[in-house]
Amino acid sequence: MTFTIQITDSGDSFPCKPNEMLLLAMVRLGRKGIPVGCRNGGCGVCKVHVKSGEYSNGKMSRAHVTEQEEQDGYALACRCQPSSDLVIEVVGKMRKAVHPEQAVVIKTERGE
Amino acid sequence: MAMTGVLRPGHVQLRVLDMDASLTHYVERMGLIETARDEQGRVYLKGWDEQDWFSVVLREADEPGMDFMAFKVDSTATLDRLEQGLREFGCKVERIPAGELKHCGERVRFDSPMGHFFELYAEKDFKGNGVGTLNPHPWPEDLKGMKVNRFDHCLLYGDDLDGSVKLFKDVLGFNETEKVMAGPNGDFQIASFLTCGMKAHDIALIRHAEKGKLHHASFLLKSWEEVLHAADIMGRYKIPIDIGPTRHGITRGRTIYFFDPSGNRNETFCDSYDWYPDHPQITWTEDELGGAIFYHNQSLNERFLSVVT
Repeated sequence: MTFTIQITDSGDSFPCKPNEMLLLAMVRLGRKGIPVGCRNGGCGVCKVHVKSGEYSNGKMSRAHVTEQEEQDGYALACRCQPSSDLVIEVVGKMRKAVHPEQAVVIKTERGE
Repeated sequence: MAMTGVLRPGHVQLRVLDMDASLTHYVERMGLIETARDEQGRVYLKGWDEQDWFSVVLREADEPGMDFMAFKVDSTATLDRLEQGLREFGCKVERIPAGELKHCGERVRFDSPMGHFFELYAEKDFKGNGVGTLNPHPWPEDLKGMKVNRFDHCLLYGDDLDGSVKLFKDVLGFNETEKVMAGPNGDFQIASFLTCGMKAHDIALIRHAEKGKLHHASFLLKSWEEVLHAADIMGRYKIPIDIGPTRHGITRGRTIYFFDPSGNRNETFCDSYDWYPDHPQITWTEDELGGAIFYHNQSLNERFLSVVT
């Protein structure tokens, strides 16, 4: 038995085994749609908003998902274990590292 | 080369989400050795070939990252002298009494322009490396997992790179071995590699919009074969690999990056070069940054560059 994880942003879907974190199911199948970072609840880039379905969350950084957000259906896909089909929206993103344009912004913020 | 002043990285305190899962990772998989616990619930670890009591402290918290990194100095006189220099530089400095970390002497804790907290200390109890000092064997029996040799360095992300580089060079006496320059005129520094001894780096700093972030804590292995063995362990136990095994252009390290159970990035690596104070500084330019970071495939990796705790 598998659950179907549907990503609203792209319309893509992929299967997830029971007891499997949904991000790891996506990675294992070579699928895309959710940004992949540390895969252990620390960096926040795989943050999703669960629109429908049942799931449980493992421990994750409160810097990225507050208790209130967790109650409101936000989760990190790497710590989110479905117990039914899920419909999710991708919230997190991979931030760009320092590029020259950004470097200029930082310089400006420092008043140089 | 006579070693004076700041001797080496001494310890790092990391925040973890789940202590049990973290101990499985750091002890069973990486091969660090547990040497103490304290009333706060912190767990103290060391690499087998380290002589002092601990080099890694894990603290359970609801947000991963680094609490502080510490360097050992050669004497209490040096500790006093550097404390004065830190105050004159403008750091917020506090003395933490001996024993606040078990088996560690008095520490001088200070903040830094990039937002990280660092410590200096002169004394830590001797634990030994498990093979003794009289006719020792080359390695102890019963090492686990990746058998990491020692805690080696950290790479930290923060905003005021220029300020932190100045602090390490001018106040703490570090030398900058390598730097990465960017921007339209190639005059905007985005990374610095600094040593207090003879390694290519004891700390690395990268410019980043947020203050006080940890990119990785690094542990030494002694051969490429050991790096590949570490990769096998990551496969066997499904430890998420970030990138590698590969080689860096910067520092020449042969390396693999992975994540601990709280999302803190770890590195295990081997090889580099010996650095002497009369050696010239190495400069990397933005147009060759792909190979500077990943020498084999010569291309940048957004996750490696941007995911931090």
